[in-house]
Amino acid sequence: MTDLSLSNKAIAGNTAPPAEARSLRLPTQWLGVTPFFVFAVMFLILPTLYLMLGAFQNEAGEFTFANIVALFSANIVAAYWISIKVSLASSLIGAFAGLAIAIAIVRGGLPNWIRSATLTFSGVASNFAGVPLAFAFIATLGRLGLVTVLLNTLVGLNLYAHGFNLLSFWGLTITYVYFQIPLMVVIIVPAIDGLKREWGEAAATLGATQAQYWRMVVIPVLWPSFLGTVILLFANAFGAIATAYALTGSSLNIVPILLYAQIRGDVLHNAHLGYAIAFGMIFITGLANIFYIWFRTRSERWLK
Amino acid sequence: MAEPFLSIQHVRKSFGATTVVEDFNLDVAPGEFVSFLGPSGCGKTTVLRMVAGFEEPSAGKIVVGGKDITRLKPNQRNVGMVFQAYALFPNLTVAQNIAFGLKVGGMAKPDADRRVAEMLDMIKLPQMADRYPYQLSGGQQQRIALARAIAPKPKLLLLDEPLSALDAKVRVSLREEIRSIQKKLGITTIFVTHDQEEALSISDRIAVMYGGRAEQVGTPFEIYNRPATKFVANFVGTLNVLEGKVTDAASGKVQVNSQEVSLKGKLNGSKSGDTLSLALRPEAISLGRQPGHDASLSGEIAEVHFLGSVIRVRVGIGGNTVSLDTFNNSTTPPPVVGDKADISFSSGDMLVLH
Amino acid sequence: MKSGRFWAWFVFLLGAAYFFIPLIATIEFSLRMRRGVYSFDAYKVVLGDSQFQATFMFSVIVAVFTILLGVLIVVPTAYWIRLRLPQLRPIVEFITLLPLVIPAIVIVFGYIRMYGSNSPLPFLGSNLGANALLVIGYAALALPYMYRAVDTGLRTIDVRTLTEAAQILGAGWGTIIARVILPNVLIAVLSGAFLTFAIVIGEFTMASLLNRPAFGPYLQNLVANRAYEPAALSIIAFVITWGCMSLIQILSRFAPKSASRPN
Repeated sequence: MTDLSLSNKAIAGNTAPPAEARSLRLPTQWLGVTPFFVFAVMFLILPTLYLMLGAFQNEAGEFTFANIVALFSANIVAAYWISIKVSLASSLIGAFAGLAIAIAIVRGGLPNWIRSATLTFSGVASNFAGVPLAFAFIATLGRLGLVTVLLNTLVGLNLYAHGFNLLSFWGLTITYVYFQIPLMVVIIVPAIDGLKREWGEAAATLGATQAQYWRMVVIPVLWPSFLGTVILLFANAFGAIATAYALTGSSLNIVPILLYAQIRGDVLHNAHLGYAIAFGMIFITGLANIFYIWFRTRSERWLK
Repeated sequence: MAEPFLSIQHVRKSFGATTVVEDFNLDVAPGEFVSFLGPSGCGKTTVLRMVAGFEEPSAGKIVVGGKDITRLKPNQRNVGMVFQAYALFPNLTVAQNIAFGLKVGGMAKPDADRRVAEMLDMIKLPQMADRYPYQLSGGQQQRIALARAIAPKPKLLLLDEPLSALDAKVRVSLREEIRSIQKKLGITTIFVTHDQEEALSISDRIAVMYGGRAEQVGTPFEIYNRPATKFVANFVGTLNVLEGKVTDAASGKVQVNSQEVSLKGKLNGSKSGDTLSLALRPEAISLGRQPGHDASLSGEIAEVHFLGSVIRVRVGIGGNTVSLDTFNNSTTPPPVVGDKADISFSSGDMLVLH
Repeated sequence: MKSGRFWAWFVFLLGAAYFFIPLIATIEFSLRMRRGVYSFDAYKVVLGDSQFQATFMFSVIVAVFTILLGVLIVVPTAYWIRLRLPQLRPIVEFITLLPLVIPAIVIVFGYIRMYGSNSPLPFLGSNLGANALLVIGYAALALPYMYRAVDTGLRTIDVRTLTEAAQILGAGWGTIIARVILPNVLIAVLSGAFLTFAIVIGEFTMASLLNRPAFGPYLQNLVANRAYEPAALSIIAFVITWGCMSLIQILSRFAPKSASRPN
């Protein structure tokens, strides 16, 4: 990831001028932030760089593209593909549903307690992932889950006979949405609060309909925060493993589970291929972020 | 008055149990500039928002150009509005902001572009067309907001404390600019403010509001010189209030701190022995006895504040303190605190507050 | 307006159904351990399980150390950035956001390769070292949240003025941090702490890959082997998360309101 080396250079570059300007105060000046940078370099940046470099080396430590090429084997490509699909679907569904809920509680004229209750609940649910979440959905939509059974006995609808399976793309997506929606709500509510009431009133006095106001002002104003959150949700789902692992064991072949199996037992019989898989993961989340930054600087010149 | 352009008739507004506007009446002539002046919570903004259509009156009606608009939605009223916090759309450039009303109104692009250019010239910011609001100062933003409100040629211009968020200097220059643009376009305007100097300097007429009612409606000259109520007298301008005791109601004699003042025929309704409040504007009082002033009081200099072009002197008269201004004169030394001093004024300038 | 409110209710209730039905289903399931009647048997079994107690205690202790480490790293940094080195702000903010981009599994994979028992820094050579590495990893995961919380807290109190006021009154650095800054950002720090706790307590990936006897792997193992106990544990986990978030909510009411506003 190029960003990392860039930021290192930036740190080095920024060190020089103040150091020259007030060399006497240098130690105390930098002492305050030293623990942070030591921590970040040792436990965040170096381990990641280590894997990134390892992805381009063979067992003997020589430079090679072989690991990256090996990523394109059918099995691994399929894992990436399903991971990307689940992440994309859950982040988009989560984003739109979260936006709708956020608008409903902020602008919908609902009682005030609903807003605060929803925000508190969103804080909880956005952190409710992993095994407990997986189990909650097994108890709901599993073969013997409450909703599955109720639909079958009350309406006579057998979900599983119609091809639904919790241990599938859609099952995983529906489960992920449980923490994606609240995360969207938590992040986007402040952005919606930032829409000033006067904008709507100004638009109205200028003759705009509600729809025109939304198209010309609200959506363009919310769009950067919305897109930024979608990217965050995507990364959030893309790296998630505990929920999927608890839900499907290793029957659903998503990238984090593949990597997990590789770390535990070298199932690919090639340590450096594991590095390449990690590299691929960062490459994809990093790409999403770079796209976002590019988009923001290109098309949103009105942002400070 | 000729046929009123805007007519607010018996308008009342309550939110639940609290009534914020009570039986408000006002007729505004075409092209007139009327200010609503009052402290916060007096209902002035609520009346404005009812004219704009953001609040629905609980009773009464609002007529513009002979048409009852009481139940119309804001976007059907063709009014322009300027807000205290500018409310420019942050995602649009200056030109796009000004063009907003033209665009939603369906004006063809070349016509809209021409109108935008015209507006930018009017507010003297033609070079700012492609800037975004965050790149502009508060004063510039508010001028853009004014241009945006005026661009679609509204029938009515509503200004909701448009100068309150600005620095003192910008405030004065912008208010002059607003007034001159308003006069040039002849657009009927309502201006809401809590700043009496602003209202006095800019308006054709002022409605002083208090507790949801119009206390007095009149020209700035009337409001300032002949306040109808104690509230108006106190709220508009600096006012010296003296406690007096009526000694002879028939001939209009009043005692202030045991000194007699004659107020020829101003005491209708009072009887001898009543105490009452008398008011004097600082600029009506002179230090020392002046020719042409038929009344005077003696006291002692209590405070002297040098303000540059004028010197503000406070004179204690018994329990009352009177402020007055004298012009700075480099050859005469300023008064000294503790000195005895007389003040004089024309008894016609003394107001009896009811 | 009327139809707008209808749609708001519609969206809200639809969302509420999606979020509450799984909880209800899980509660219902957790009560079904005894055949034919609802009972709290599953909870009794779980809470009485010595392995549950051991792993839960382990995770609580790890969470406490994670919070301490997070506070030690974040508070001085955020303070110093606000006070003296604002030019470093973009870099520090960028770094604190990295854990949102780099998946936890990648970070821990890096740890395993870099700090294995044969490496120059053999964290994984001993139990204590591995526990320390787990705390470090969690501190990295919680970094974005902790930093955000503390930085927001510092912004509302106008650090520079407070520090200068304390200096004028003759306070030394120790006094300033301990008596002026910390009490004022305590609420923010505690918010970050509870969020950290909620993240750490059931975390699976790092604990499992570092082979730590933590609560997350225990839960995972239970799901594979039992029927009703995991449901009870899911509810317990939800309640713990809820407790942390409620505490943050309550704390935020005591947070100092922005003091830098003139009026």
